[in-house]
Amino acid sequence: MAVDRLLIIAADVEQSIRAHGQETYPHECCGALVGKGDIVTTVVALPNTTEEGPRRRFLVRPSDYRQAERRAAEMGVELLGFYHSHPDHPARPSQYDLDHAWPTFAYIIVSVMNGAAGDMTVWYLKDDRSIFEEGSLDHGENSHSHSAQTVHGQTGRG
Amino acid sequence: MAKILIPTPLRPYTDKQDAVDASGATVGELLADLTRRHAGLKPHLYNDQGKLRSFVNVYVNDEDIRYLQKEQTPVTAGDTVSIIPSVAGGVDAVADVGRVRLQSNQKTPPELTNDEIKRYSRHLIMPEVGVEGQRKLKASKVLCIGAGGLGSPAAMYLTAAGVGTLGIVDFDVVDFSNLQRQILHGTPDVGRSKLASAKDRLQALNPNVEIVTHEVAISSENALKLFEPYDVIVDGTDNFPTRYLVNDACVLTGKPNAYGSIFRFEGQASVFATKDGPCYRCLYPEPPPPGLVPSCAEGGVLGVLPGIIGVIQATETIKLILGAGEPLIGRFLIFDALRMKFRELKLRKDPDCPVCGTHPTVTALIDYEQFCGVRPAAAEATPLNTATEITSVELKQRLDRGDRLKIVDVREPNEYQINRIPGSELIPLGDVPKRVNELNPDDEIVVHCKSGVRSAKAADFLRSVGFKRVLNLKGGILDWVDKVDPSQPKY
Repeated sequence: MAVDRLLIIAADVEQSIRAHGQETYPHECCGALVGKGDIVTTVVALPNTTEEGPRRRFLVRPSDYRQAERRAAEMGVELLGFYHSHPDHPARPSQYDLDHAWPTFAYIIVSVMNGAAGDMTVWYLKDDRSIFEEGSLDHGENSHSHSAQTVHGQTGRG
Repeated sequence: MAKILIPTPLRPYTDKQDAVDASGATVGELLADLTRRHAGLKPHLYNDQGKLRSFVNVYVNDEDIRYLQKEQTPVTAGDTVSIIPSVAGGVDAVADVGRVRLQSNQKTPPELTNDEIKRYSRHLIMPEVGVEGQRKLKASKVLCIGAGGLGSPAAMYLTAAGVGTLGIVDFDVVDFSNLQRQILHGTPDVGRSKLASAKDRLQALNPNVEIVTHEVAISSENALKLFEPYDVIVDGTDNFPTRYLVNDACVLTGKPNAYGSIFRFEGQASVFATKDGPCYRCLYPEPPPPGLVPSCAEGGVLGVLPGIIGVIQATETIKLILGAGEPLIGRFLIFDALRMKFRELKLRKDPDCPVCGTHPTVTALIDYEQFCGVRPAAAEATPLNTATEITSVELKQRLDRGDRLKIVDVREPNEYQINRIPGSELIPLGDVPKRVNELNPDDEIVVHCKSGVRSAKAADFLRSVGFKRVLNLKGGILDWVDKVDPSQPKY
């Protein structure tokens, strides 16, 4: 992909993802990303309902998914994707993430090392499901910032 | 005709519509029709085997079809079918750092003495080790299979690092040809048992470590019992039957296998047989045909190479004990000393693996010699086939009698430089087909190599192209040097 897909996320929204990851540490947190187009305006924290051990898995139930989608529609916005944390692991998608990914959605991953939220990255499933492609997170100060500046340095891949 | 509700991520495949119509009497038929109309949906709904993906939920009205009749659930006009995602993810089990449970993790690790604190001070000041980590090392028990090329550096560094107990399995004697790489042993040790030599060296290095020697050939009968007290097994074996045996025994006993292997200038390392990680059989379900992959004794090995790979095995063992860093689980490291490059292949646990898969077929140790197609001690055990083989003593007698024999040495030129049978002609095995016209099919030909394996192949080839009288020198030049010409060096 020549140009990274850009996801703009307001500073306070980003902060709430980090806070959620720290709160549930050492377990994974998860939630929905809501907004319009490429701009995330709100996140909705969701319960992690995995039965495989929340230290390394998360699962959003269909009922919670449906509710998130409905809520977004009611608010006149869209469901843009989901976020989850990787406790004590890097902020890059696992094979398990890839195996379970949905197209079009933005997947934000925040690494929480020793209880402190660190790198945050965003990923999109390639249409043939073969890989995740990394997008660029614009950590704008407000949700209307359209700075095209990509911030790979902050994603720990620099 | 029924209405299907499409979730947000799939709408790009349905022209952005959140509801589309499809026809069919069951959910299965309906979805088949849906993916016919909107082909882009298919890979996201179905896996390669044509089954609905586990995270795709289908509801008829408000009922999950899993609790109805699955894809056979009937659908009538007016029903609403919804495709609803489960959103799942998480970190890979194989990268699940520091969570490999070791036997010694289950008890409180011993305190360090003042001497030990001084000795391990360079460990203790690193947060990744610290007093806590050093105590874990002190509590740990590691078993090295082999006190040879890989076992030497691995055992030395593990001992220096302060593991509590280091076991070594070996039954060999130190030979001059070992000293180029097996740094546990020195020149005065030649002729001694490797274990006695190893124990002296390791105990001198660190008297705090308990060195336990197991002077046995590891076998299907003793492996499980042998492994039982240990936390991690370091595989330093040099042959396929033992490698499969160690792998299977590690899986069956639940012990991680710090694996390494070496050949010429290339080495490999990985960590196998952890709970969620792949094992050696996930990578190589079947051994190579016997003789296809030469051993170090046949092909040679750079003396430094086991130093590098053995130290990687020791590093991985220490990381497993500490629960630090990212272990080589699910990763296969390949090192090329000539190009000085490391490559890494991703390995996945094979759900169909016969030993560590979901439904294992190997649930006890088997006959690994047979599995690898190796007949033990074939040279001694099988009687001489006089139609196709000749012994070195007989060859000497016939040469002395003045019989006209053409001796073809199928080894490599550098081996020919070390020792040779007088009057022999060198045609390396790989060159035999293209140089076959240099030989006379009517001559009586004796082929030989180092020990008889390569020359057996050359003999088969010559017979297949019409040579009538081809004899393979049984036991190769090694036997010739032993029985006929001890003045020549052996390698």
